[in-house]
Amino acid sequence: MAVKGHLLDVDDLRREDLERILETARSFSEVLRRPIKKVPSLRGKTVVNLFYEPSTRTRLSFEVAAKRLSADVLNFTASASSVEKGESLKDTALTLRAMGVDAVIIRHPVAGAPCLLRRWLDVTVINAGDGMHAHPTQALLDLFTMRERLGDMEGATIAYVGDILHSRVARSGMKACRAAGMRVVAVAPPTLMPPAVPDYVEVSHSFDAVIPRCDVIYMLRIQKERQQEARFPSLEEYARLYQLDKERLRKAKPGVVVMHPGPMNRGVEISSEVADAPHAAITAQVSAGVAVRMAVLFLLLGGGEGGGVLA
Amino acid sequence: MEEDDVQRAVRRIAHEIVERNKGAAELVLVGIRTRGVPLSNRIATAIREIEGVEVPVGRLDITLYRDDLHTLEQPVVRETYLPPDIDGRQVVIVDDVLFTGRSVRAAMDAIIDFGRPASIQLAVLVDRGHRELPIRADYVGKNVPTSREEEVKVALREVDGEDGVFIGYQG
Repeated sequence: MAVKGHLLDVDDLRREDLERILETARSFSEVLRRPIKKVPSLRGKTVVNLFYEPSTRTRLSFEVAAKRLSADVLNFTASASSVEKGESLKDTALTLRAMGVDAVIIRHPVAGAPCLLRRWLDVTVINAGDGMHAHPTQALLDLFTMRERLGDMEGATIAYVGDILHSRVARSGMKACRAAGMRVVAVAPPTLMPPAVPDYVEVSHSFDAVIPRCDVIYMLRIQKERQQEARFPSLEEYARLYQLDKERLRKAKPGVVVMHPGPMNRGVEISSEVADAPHAAITAQVSAGVAVRMAVLFLLLGGGEGGGVLA
Repeated sequence: MEEDDVQRAVRRIAHEIVERNKGAAELVLVGIRTRGVPLSNRIATAIREIEGVEVPVGRLDITLYRDDLHTLEQPVVRETYLPPDIDGRQVVIVDDVLFTGRSVRAAMDAIIDFGRPASIQLAVLVDRGHRELPIRADYVGKNVPTSREEEVKVALREVDGEDGVFIGYQG
């Protein structure tokens, strides 16, 4: 049986793998500017999008990436509520195995679901977000976007701002930034900060104090349900302390890069003017998403037996 | 082939390309990575000396189009750059060694994804025979009869620090 590579979280990647993915993604961003944006590299491979959670951009991004590489794509969308955890995921996995797919891209509300899937399947598993745990391709595309804007990232400072506690984007992103040699600051009210953060992460509750030294400001989405959980008194109160608006942006370095994983709540974590300002790399993140996911699919599926970068 | 032979072959190929295409106005050179790239630059320089025309030069990474991708352990995808608008141009693919013809097939598929050239031609420094596809070169620096087991290695100053063509046995 072929030993296949997987991508479950950023810590699966060695520094050279990270480099290789970013370099390959740069080549693919050129492919995406061609008149015919399709290459035959994964012809005959079948990729399944197994999404147990609503997602537009991640699912579409993986679908476009796979199609640009000439792979066949199957989309499986299930609402988490209608699917029983555990056993039924296993049955789905066995069905997919019987169909002879080459890779499964999974998004699941339960942390660890991709890991279980890998245990049951002998095909490539790619985590497209599991619970509050990890979202490695988002972290990679964020790193790619930062590198395109900043060049060398060694020693640069990034602040993740907002709902760190529930954010798999921040959790994977911080690891990736750390691997790239960046300084990482987590900014959130105490109620949205995890009880423990890795020791390389600096914790702050004051956005205003952190802004002037940031090279990258990464705004996280505030889910409105969090207010019902009494994590903060009101959205207005939250916005007053943690929204990135024009006033706050003025205190940042002139070349600061503003990022957001989307979808944005304009007027909550980020003001509309800032979202549309030239500092914002938010649409660049979306474009990077396709190139980076092409790189990941190509490197995991494109080589021979045991060919994947993570094999 | 020694350094001087390589340079002479490049100049002769440049002359033949210009002669066949009745000038250099419609030409585009495309080097296949890795060693086709410096070769295509040298041919462009020689054409400039002959015709006084600056020929656009592209570089092509064919990894994504290879038919043996599944046998490669760690495929590396490098940058591809083609001059804008190759429609209606005379495109000359440049590579160091012509062997099975499979790289050229991949390069042609890649180029056709960029546009519709009036023609695609092929220039190689060394033709060593043993084709596996119906492909031939239009311009050849030197025909080197080899056995299949032999290895032909082209060295170029820009990549290897020296010019020359070497024949050895694998392993």
